[in-house]
Amino acid sequence: MFDNFVVPNLLPAAPEIFLTVMALAILMIDLLVKDSRRTVTFVLTQLTLVGCAVIQFATSTGEITYTFSNMFVDDLMSDLLKLFLYMTLIIVMFYSRGYVIDREPMNKGEYYVLALFATLGMMVMISANHFLTIYIGLELLSLSLYAMVAMNRDSIQSTEAAMKYFVLGALASGLLLYGMSMIYGATGTLEITGIAERLYGGGVNKTVLVFGLVFLVSGLAFKLGVVPFHMWIPDVYHGAPTSVTLLIGSAPKLAAFAIVMRLLVNGLITMAQDWQAMLVILSVLSMAIGNLAAIAQTNLKRMLAYSAISHMGFMLLGIVTGVVSGDARYALNAYSSAMFYVIAYVLMSAGTFGMILLMSRAGFEAEEIDDFKGLNKRSPWFAGIMLMLMFSMAGVPFFIGFFAKFSVLQAVVAAGYMWLAIVAVLFSLIGAFYYLRVVKVMYFDAPADESPLTAPMDMRILISANGLAVAFLGIFPQVIMSLCAYALLRSL
Amino acid sequence: MSNYLLSLAIWIPIFGGLAVLVAGWLGNDSKSRGLALLVAVAGFMVTIPLWTGFDVANGGMQFVELGAWIPRFNINYHLGVDGISMLFVVLNAFITIIVVAAGWEVIQNKVAQYNAAFLIMSGLMNGIFTSLDGILFYVFFEASLIPLYLIIGVWGGPKRVYAAFKFFLYTLFGSLLFLIALMYLFVQSGGSFSILEWHKLPIALGAQIWLFLAFLIAFAVKVPMWPVHTWLPDAHVEAPTGGSIVLAAIALKLGAYGFLRFSLPILPDASHELSGLVLALSLIAVVYIGFVALVQEDMKKLVAYSSIAHMGFVTLGFFMFSAMGIEGALIQMVSHGFVSGAMFFCIGVMYDRVHSRQIADYGGVVNTMPKFAALFMLFSMANAGLPATSGFVGEFMVILGAVKFNFWVAFAAASSMVIGAAYTLWMYKRVIFGDVANHHVEELTDINKREFAILGVLAIATLWMGLYPQPFTEVMHASVNDLLRHVAISKIQ
Repeated sequence: MFDNFVVPNLLPAAPEIFLTVMALAILMIDLLVKDSRRTVTFVLTQLTLVGCAVIQFATSTGEITYTFSNMFVDDLMSDLLKLFLYMTLIIVMFYSRGYVIDREPMNKGEYYVLALFATLGMMVMISANHFLTIYIGLELLSLSLYAMVAMNRDSIQSTEAAMKYFVLGALASGLLLYGMSMIYGATGTLEITGIAERLYGGGVNKTVLVFGLVFLVSGLAFKLGVVPFHMWIPDVYHGAPTSVTLLIGSAPKLAAFAIVMRLLVNGLITMAQDWQAMLVILSVLSMAIGNLAAIAQTNLKRMLAYSAISHMGFMLLGIVTGVVSGDARYALNAYSSAMFYVIAYVLMSAGTFGMILLMSRAGFEAEEIDDFKGLNKRSPWFAGIMLMLMFSMAGVPFFIGFFAKFSVLQAVVAAGYMWLAIVAVLFSLIGAFYYLRVVKVMYFDAPADESPLTAPMDMRILISANGLAVAFLGIFPQVIMSLCAYALLRSL
Repeated sequence: MSNYLLSLAIWIPIFGGLAVLVAGWLGNDSKSRGLALLVAVAGFMVTIPLWTGFDVANGGMQFVELGAWIPRFNINYHLGVDGISMLFVVLNAFITIIVVAAGWEVIQNKVAQYNAAFLIMSGLMNGIFTSLDGILFYVFFEASLIPLYLIIGVWGGPKRVYAAFKFFLYTLFGSLLFLIALMYLFVQSGGSFSILEWHKLPIALGAQIWLFLAFLIAFAVKVPMWPVHTWLPDAHVEAPTGGSIVLAAIALKLGAYGFLRFSLPILPDASHELSGLVLALSLIAVVYIGFVALVQEDMKKLVAYSSIAHMGFVTLGFFMFSAMGIEGALIQMVSHGFVSGAMFFCIGVMYDRVHSRQIADYGGVVNTMPKFAALFMLFSMANAGLPATSGFVGEFMVILGAVKFNFWVAFAAASSMVIGAAYTLWMYKRVIFGDVANHHVEELTDINKREFAILGVLAIATLWMGLYPQPFTEVMHASVNDLLRHVAISKIQ
């Protein structure tokens, strides 16, 4: 009965397969771990991620390869994004380890396994070439994250955040599915490259298509967390245990960028006029609301949540300027600038949440802005690291955040949207205020709490490296910039 | 070695500053002063060959360094100085020594961070004066906000937080629009950020006007010109003495320098078209801000307003498009660097002893501090523009240029000589002369050797420039003439 069964080419999905096997193995091995610090589980998790990176690197051909009946694609863009994904996860796991050990309900093997499944979900999203693959990846990511948010089960705040996240996330998935079904109705296929071909061929019912597009964009906006679909972001960032906030606030942005590229650029590029018009509004609103609302926050996690909204709005500027009145000349420049922006943002965001974890200790969450008071007196080194991260977020040179903003802005200006560039810089001026306030608290104020930092050495070293990377890549951004451009050139 | 002089001038203070930071962190905080002074002196030494080795007949760029920085966007590490920028590099390195010395005994809190901030800022500002690539310029321009923000906020006075935020956000606002203008030029020039290539780029008048306004906002905030000057008095009053010195002596020059490097040569038609606007704003600064200075009760505020008025002279000189006006303005910039630096240091000397900057808290200082009174007198005279001091040369040249340009402009500008003398000398009289006002003044001790050395060096510089300005003006001629030739050619096609 298996006469017609053709074994698909498994090579493009080798990292995903490896990760699945390892995650299941770790789930079993963890049962035997007696050590309360779960060193074995932790090390295996990290080795799995490193292994994924090695396999990714070894199996990368640089060509666009489809497998599993065109449901799955491996191209240079996915390779690059996945490599950054593994790197981010490795950093995230290092940062969160001490925090998790100090908090009993979270100190379980499941924490690591769920993080790995979330990673798998993101990898599938990044490599999806089919609506169902996207949906499977998205749900795998989301369900893992819902569980992780709720993992600190004695905390009312976390439980509430998990409920909110779940309800709104389910709504977003529903919107996305509805949009997908509309587009399926219009084009008769779920395959992204197939949709692009049908649309290119013409004769597709435009009304149904645009109707579906609206829902698709809404669903994506939910996942990206841009206004007006941003409501969950502040509550979830705030309520989730900080180590989970770190995970939610960093790596999924890479995956969200990938599905935006897959759905809108790979699939619906012929409809660029329509979705660009929608995204411009979302982008401007996100920059406005994100930056203005962040000013009013006293909780650092909440402030960073609003900052995330504004950053995603800024990133969208790169995506909306790809096609100018039917001319895709600027597409590569624009999309690669958005990709660089996302990578830079993930690096900064990981460092900033890492700093909150560094300042926290058993029974104390350093999540208020005032908890950073007088950090320069307590630890000049980490105050300096946080200073670099904050100025980078604000987009001040010589930090990577400046070149992230720079590359997106030049794409906007090159596409001729001067007004959009001016709006963007005016909102980033407002944004500078609240980042400066964190610096002010660290440097200008006297410490409220003189106790020394207790974070372990590996975390100290890694977070220092993270901060220095923000500065180093701000002076030498060329490599990552051209990697993004090259990867997209070979993938689009 | 001489090929890398500019890089050395930028990076010695920056890496030296980082070294001071590490030294203060690992070793003894207060002993890091010695290292800071060493770095400042080394930074100054490498700028001397720029002046001695400068070819005065060459109006183009000298000591050029060119290397690819970010090829993805064709951004280059492109440095060079001409007669317009060279003196500011030397002045900046010189002022850095003064600043490190000025904080020697006064700053006891986080000494290493204090000196490191100044050294890093000095390197960044050298970067601004020497960049020939738009983005390189911008990166230095904006990065230099960070150290000054910290200097005002950490070591400043009671309202330091307000002043630091106002300073940062004001300047950031200006420079963000400037960034968009740079990107527009990048697109228009077919993908180049080279300032020298932009000098040749034809641009339509409409676009020129928009670009000019974007540049104007960026530079006017930095100069600062009326009506966007309000951050400066706050920043000056709250900043520690060293911060005020750097702010007045160097940071204010960045905006004025921007006009000469960007606005005039890249946008000659818009410059002519809108020169009336800039002249009007400059005259308001010269006359109106002069009167504002007259009524100040805080000495630092008074000198801050006098700085705005003096910088009004500079922008006035630029936009008359004559060699006399531009050279006069440049001389005024250098002179103001010495004189305002010295004035702020003098106020700092008194503040360190009495802990007040109110004019009303002083009187009869000459009785207890005769040496100080004599030197303060010299700088006050220079600030008022007395002949034989550096303050006179620049103002006189600008007024001469103005007479050729338009009598009424010259008349208004010249009236400031009177106002300037009024507010400076009146302050001097109230503070220094008269009877000993109170027991604070009675207990004053005269300046020590360190303070005397700092004021002495600045006094020599002021007198030298006033009596023999030739070495300063001769380096400018060729470059200023080149610039004027450039501005005279229309770019509209």
